[in-house]
Amino acid sequence: MTMAIPSFTVETRTRASTLSAAAVIALLLLAFAAPFIVSRGVIQELFFILTMLVLAQNWNLLAGYAGLISVGQQAFVGFGAYTMFGAVILFGVDPVVAILIAGLFSIALAFPTAFFTFRLYGPYFAIGTWVVAEVVRLLLAQWKALGGGTGTSLPRDATRDMVGVDMMRDVFGMKASQASDALTYWLALILVVATIGFIYGLLRSKQGLGLAAVRDNEQAARAVGVDARRMKTLVYLATAFITGICGALIYVQKARISPDAAFSVTDWTAYVIFIVVIGGIGTIEGPILGVIIFFLLQNLLADYGSWYLLVLGLLGIAIMLFAPRGLWGLFSDRTGIQLFPVRRVLKGGPLNLTHKGGPHG
Amino acid sequence: MNWLDTILQGVLLGGLYALFAAGLSLVFGIMRLVNLAHGDLIVLAAFLILVLVTALGLNPFVAAVIAAPLMFAIGWALQYLLLNRTLGKDILPPLLVTFGLSIVIQNGLLESFSADSRRVFAGSLESASINLGPVNAGIMPLMTFFLAIAVIVCLNQLIYRTSVGRAFRATSDDPVTAGLMGIRPQRIFALATGLAMVVVTIAALYLGTRANFDPTSGPSRLIYAFEAVIIGGLGSLWGTLAGGIILGVAQTIGAAINPEWQILAGHLAFLGVLLFKPRGLFPRAVD
Amino acid sequence: MTLLETKGLTASYGDFQALFGVDITVGAGETIAIIGANGAGKTTLMRSISGVLANSAASILYRNEPIGALPAPDILARGIAMVPEGRKLFPSLTVEENLLIGNYGRKVDGPWTLESIFALFPILEERRNNPATALSGGQQQMVAIGRALMSNPEVLLCDEISLGLAPVVVRGIYATFPRIRETGASIVIVEQDIAQALKVADCVYCMMEGRVTLTGRSSDLSRDDIHKAYFGTEHHELA
Repeated sequence: MTMAIPSFTVETRTRASTLSAAAVIALLLLAFAAPFIVSRGVIQELFFILTMLVLAQNWNLLAGYAGLISVGQQAFVGFGAYTMFGAVILFGVDPVVAILIAGLFSIALAFPTAFFTFRLYGPYFAIGTWVVAEVVRLLLAQWKALGGGTGTSLPRDATRDMVGVDMMRDVFGMKASQASDALTYWLALILVVATIGFIYGLLRSKQGLGLAAVRDNEQAARAVGVDARRMKTLVYLATAFITGICGALIYVQKARISPDAAFSVTDWTAYVIFIVVIGGIGTIEGPILGVIIFFLLQNLLADYGSWYLLVLGLLGIAIMLFAPRGLWGLFSDRTGIQLFPVRRVLKGGPLNLTHKGGPHG
Repeated sequence: MNWLDTILQGVLLGGLYALFAAGLSLVFGIMRLVNLAHGDLIVLAAFLILVLVTALGLNPFVAAVIAAPLMFAIGWALQYLLLNRTLGKDILPPLLVTFGLSIVIQNGLLESFSADSRRVFAGSLESASINLGPVNAGIMPLMTFFLAIAVIVCLNQLIYRTSVGRAFRATSDDPVTAGLMGIRPQRIFALATGLAMVVVTIAALYLGTRANFDPTSGPSRLIYAFEAVIIGGLGSLWGTLAGGIILGVAQTIGAAINPEWQILAGHLAFLGVLLFKPRGLFPRAVD
Repeated sequence: MTLLETKGLTASYGDFQALFGVDITVGAGETIAIIGANGAGKTTLMRSISGVLANSAASILYRNEPIGALPAPDILARGIAMVPEGRKLFPSLTVEENLLIGNYGRKVDGPWTLESIFALFPILEERRNNPATALSGGQQQMVAIGRALMSNPEVLLCDEISLGLAPVVVRGIYATFPRIRETGASIVIVEQDIAQALKVADCVYCMMEGRVTLTGRSSDLSRDDIHKAYFGTEHHELA
């Protein structure tokens, strides 16, 4: 007795994603042209949105995919920023190059922090990352050459002479400060694209499948040969790298640093967590939606001081209780639309499965 | 530096940290929940005591006695209505909800009380001290330390010698089978959190009288509590006391070398213990 | 008098339906046995009656009160106690504490007290301060039964108490059942050991794939009847 063996293929592409890919490219082209179209103030706001998006995507990768819920990513933001400041002020390095150095140093920091914090689990891991961030902050606050506890500023010519600024002044006729804002903006844009590209690529790869397995059931994943600890460590190092770069970039733009600001739990962790939770944890689209909502809320409640954070907190709690997959999760569940599809669908067999709901792809 | 004095101050400080940590340890032991808002709840209780003292002109100790049942009710309601919904296999909801709660409490307090530093005044007791040979010990720190011991003794008695304590332990082991015994896990958890809030109120009394506090003081208390629990070992209240003492001594020694190094010294001691004994110094055998 | 009955009891685990309309009747003072292969739905039935699984209110009646939707603590309070499958003793509690917790939710005067349970299972008195999970399987089963008895139940549910135990130990445990019956309690046992079940029970229900396939007084049933109901096939002697 013979049987025709159907040929199966595994696909992740969906119709919505193909459409959105085209839309994304159009959007990106528009985004790159922005410094020529909109005012400097808008560029600065866009910069803020982009950098928060990078931080959010990283936190999402850590918590939503690797199951590492960190309340201490501000360690890398601050450390990256301080490394950049140190390179620029003490060694006269160009800020753009210093940003890259910051990323590398952040990986170096990630090794010992992972070593300590990985000894803890669950909520204790979370608080452990917070402690580590505090330790780094307290140590850097002792560094008198960079302003100690009160901080310091980047020398004006450092940002004015950044790589590319001269070119922009000559070719586009921009003023120095406008050019440096445009440059940091473009760097942020590139960072967003690279980060999302990296995460999307990772999740679609074999490693990404292993990661999802670890997050869903670590023991079972180990049983099929996934090296859970190695996966988590690599993700932790990767996010440290990107977060460090992002922190350095943010502070190139701010040009002024202090330990309390660079290691602020509110700015670099609380806001990020709310963005991811409200947007939708465990999806790439979630943080994008989250950042937009966050930005709108911030503008709406800007004059209300602590009410803003209070509302964010309550919203975060409500979403976690009633819509744990966030607003994007609600939308995606209803419509089945995925813009960055990572769910693997088996096509071509007798069952010819259609998309059915499942956790985080 | 007077070593003896420094160490004594550290030990007594450890009593305060043990008080911070006892509530955290209790709740974690019973329902595996770490409340990231724990520190902020201590600060909330401190503000509650402050309000009672200033509005009603009460003695701080009396204010604490009145605040305790109020905090019990707040804790009970918090657990029953909110936190019980987050319990389950997934670790994300309790972490994120309590994190959100922490932000809400901090900012709620900021709106209600402004960011000013506060203090609860205990009158002459604050500076009173007794002479113990080569060192002087403040009355308040001594009271804090002995109260920490008393709280731990009482909690242990409760957990190991009473029917309710049996229910706590049974529910912690197996909530479903506990239900078959007539225990209602939702209520037991609420009771545990309520009880933890009573301990938090005691801790708040000593926090408020000993040092300045403001609405954003919560996270640091959480970190000290957490460090005391981890150093001492999960699951053991006496271990938590030991952890608190070690933390306190590390901090006072650090402060004696350089006042800016106090908190850092505590963190480094914590990391040191974590390095060599990841389960803490006196962990419970079964976790 | 009918004490406990289920009427058309159904139960599902998500998409998987485990019970398809089960009718069981337990009279006062009666001992009934529920037998069937693995997966027949016996434990699901026990979990439904004891309140661990929620059902429609009217599908389970106790003294004519609909209890199907009540949670476990309420079921215990009414006098139905469960010896769960796998013993499920509390590891953090000693033997004595495990027994004492048995009447946390129902404190009723009756024949069963710590002393009388120690009289029933003397070995437990020797081991009263040991952590419960340090005991042998058979001794743990005694603790589990004693724990359920502490609430002086009117109906005792025993889910697979012979599981994992040596036959001689099982016999020893079932040998104490007459003393339990003497006190007037009804007993429902779920058993895979058919011989033991028939010896102890007045009435037998056989289940297969979520349905009752046979019921009758244990003395009236033939091996063939049981075999067919249990396995769904004719009983063939191997030549």
